Amino acid sequence: MNDAAASAPAIHAEQLCRHYRMGETLIRAVDGITLTVRAGEFVALLGSSGSGKSSVLNLIAGLDRPTSGSVIVNDRDLAQLSREDLAHYRLHTVGMVFQSFNLIASMTLAENVELPMRFAEVDRGKRDSLAREALTRVGLQARMNHRPSELSGGEQQRAALARALINRPKLLLADEPTGNLDSRTGTEIMNMVREFNQELGMTVVMVTHERSLAERYAQRLIFLADGKLVGEESNSPVTAHASTEGGRA
Amino acid sequence: MKLPDLTELALRNLRESLLRNSLTTIGISVGVASLVAMLSLGIGLQQLASRRLMKSGLFDTVVVTSRRDLRNFGRDDERNAPAPGESRILDEPTREEIERLPNVLEAYPDIRFITELRYDDKPHLTTIAALPASAKSNDAFETVQGQFFSSDTAPEAILQKAFAEELLGKTPRRGLDETNVKELAAPLLGKELIMRYAQREPAPGTPAPDGKNAASEDQPLAGAAYSVVSREQKLKIIGVADLDPESMRGPTRARVFLPLGLAESLHVMQPTDLRETSRAATDQPLYSAVSVRVKDPSKIQAVEDAVKKMGFNAFSILDASKSIQQFFSVLDVFLGIFGSLALAVAFIGIVNTLVMAILERRREIGIMKAIGASDGDVKKLFFAEAGAMGILGGVIGVALGWAIGQVINLGTNIYLKSQSFPPEHFWSVPLWLVAFAVLFSFLVSLAAGLYPAARAARLDPVQALRYE
Repeated sequence: MNDAAASAPAIHAEQLCRHYRMGETLIRAVDGITLTVRAGEFVALLGSSGSGKSSVLNLIAGLDRPTSGSVIVNDRDLAQLSREDLAHYRLHTVGMVFQSFNLIASMTLAENVELPMRFAEVDRGKRDSLAREALTRVGLQARMNHRPSELSGGEQQRAALARALINRPKLLLADEPTGNLDSRTGTEIMNMVREFNQELGMTVVMVTHERSLAERYAQRLIFLADGKLVGEESNSPVTAHASTEGGRA
Repeated sequence: MKLPDLTELALRNLRESLLRNSLTTIGISVGVASLVAMLSLGIGLQQLASRRLMKSGLFDTVVVTSRRDLRNFGRDDERNAPAPGESRILDEPTREEIERLPNVLEAYPDIRFITELRYDDKPHLTTIAALPASAKSNDAFETVQGQFFSSDTAPEAILQKAFAEELLGKTPRRGLDETNVKELAAPLLGKELIMRYAQREPAPGTPAPDGKNAASEDQPLAGAAYSVVSREQKLKIIGVADLDPESMRGPTRARVFLPLGLAESLHVMQPTDLRETSRAATDQPLYSAVSVRVKDPSKIQAVEDAVKKMGFNAFSILDASKSIQQFFSVLDVFLGIFGSLALAVAFIGIVNTLVMAILERRREIGIMKAIGASDGDVKKLFFAEAGAMGILGGVIGVALGWAIGQVINLGTNIYLKSQSFPPEHFWSVPLWLVAFAVLFSFLVSLAAGLYPAARAARLDPVQALRYE
């Protein structure tokens, strides 16, 4: 990865706020956060439950709109985009993985993986080969025609990763990707995420409450509490080889 | 999303909740079936009425009479027309003039008279009418037993079934079908009838026709004379028609038909001859009526107007069928409204099914939005599901409606047969109704999908993803 690309900001949030009203109470889920993530960087958002880390991720993903402030991704302010443009942004710029995998239960893995390509109006023939390629990459070529319920959690999350990457996004957003997995499977998944970060140059923002996980993979840790940014640390993640060994230990 | 993908996803989603979606589709089918059943009944009845009128053979015919004939059919225009005494007479030059009118296929004199026919040495009194060669194509002769006239001057006769019954001494029965006509025709075909009639002959010394045939207003009446001679003509029975080619004419309908050329050559004394003695004393014929066949039934009105403009009375079945068409249009609207009621219930069924589907698939909608589906994609997907149910329901509904029609047709015909009526086709599902019903079902379903689709598209993905 070259340094110029690495130093350019991929995401810049400025005084980002997301407030909800619940009856008479105003909930400040995100409260004036300013942060920058450079292109190709692997950043972990850490915090306890209710700290606002998932809300920040949803704002970066364009799933939610800020009450005030701005999120600029690749020079575009998401707060200013129309619903249609936001959908286009989610389709082509962002890939997302969730704690609960979020695969569509009625579809096979291959169908799940090619679904974003249907929205992107990719030709059927091309779609089939790309889906096969993506599933092969995550080691699920033998499970293509299985439904999610027939797979283990790790396999489901690998399929979700394949789906997140299918439209070749620049940004991978992961919300507690190992939250529902045992440590060995979690390591497997995280190694894949790191591989995409390092080999494909994807910017990764991961939400987690596990500091050890973040320290193992992220280059920078950002700490949130009560919707505010309370700290930031640079980190030297362990090497790919060492983390694989660690996972196997 | 492309249409094939949209359709594929919609059908997959419909298959996932097979029972609920099947029940909704059945609901639509019942609605469409009820609409199709009602409308096809209306159309069937209308066609039945039209068919009856068509069988009269006069749908493309205008009957022209002189205003001098006070027994005329149409009296509406009398106030605007010249007084009968000052009106034109209907003779050969006039017939030729009418035949030259635009859209007129032919104009032939209406020769009809009451006379005696002897069969088996027994006298029978009846009305005889002459038919042109073109009458062969008349619907009424489609099912004729025997054949049509071999030539325009052949001494042949076609009998109407009622007269055939009279000749054979049979009591007329209701609902005579083809088999009975066949039975009637068998002993009569090839037999001989003897017609006695009054022939008009110009008296010796009567001035030769001046080409105008009719005397002008200032021509003296003196010298007009002709004699009436009793004659006999042998006729061979060549056909028996079960339908009435002249049902429009009411009491003046004929029961025996002769070829027109033969009838003209006989110079039979006509009722108008006596009335117009002072004007036409030559052997040139004077017609009581002229039948005008029009090229296309839609041109009837134009020809009728042109004939009226010439100063004659004109009447066509169109005058009668107009009010019938109006009646059926109103009937169709009412039947359509009643038929649509069931479809309205189905409409609510679709809304309910899709709203339920949104609740059930809330998370799925959230996932789709998270991975890049636009509001439009989600909306189109729900539309496609509604539309697919609509098309499927429409197709099944049309088949169901058709089947209901067939069953009712069958039942009605069994009843008719038991009452000795001929079978009738009350039910008609034309191709346009099939297309209309499926399209209507599709559009109604899309309309039903409007609200659920908009609701699904508006779903907040963050909320939807939290939903378990």
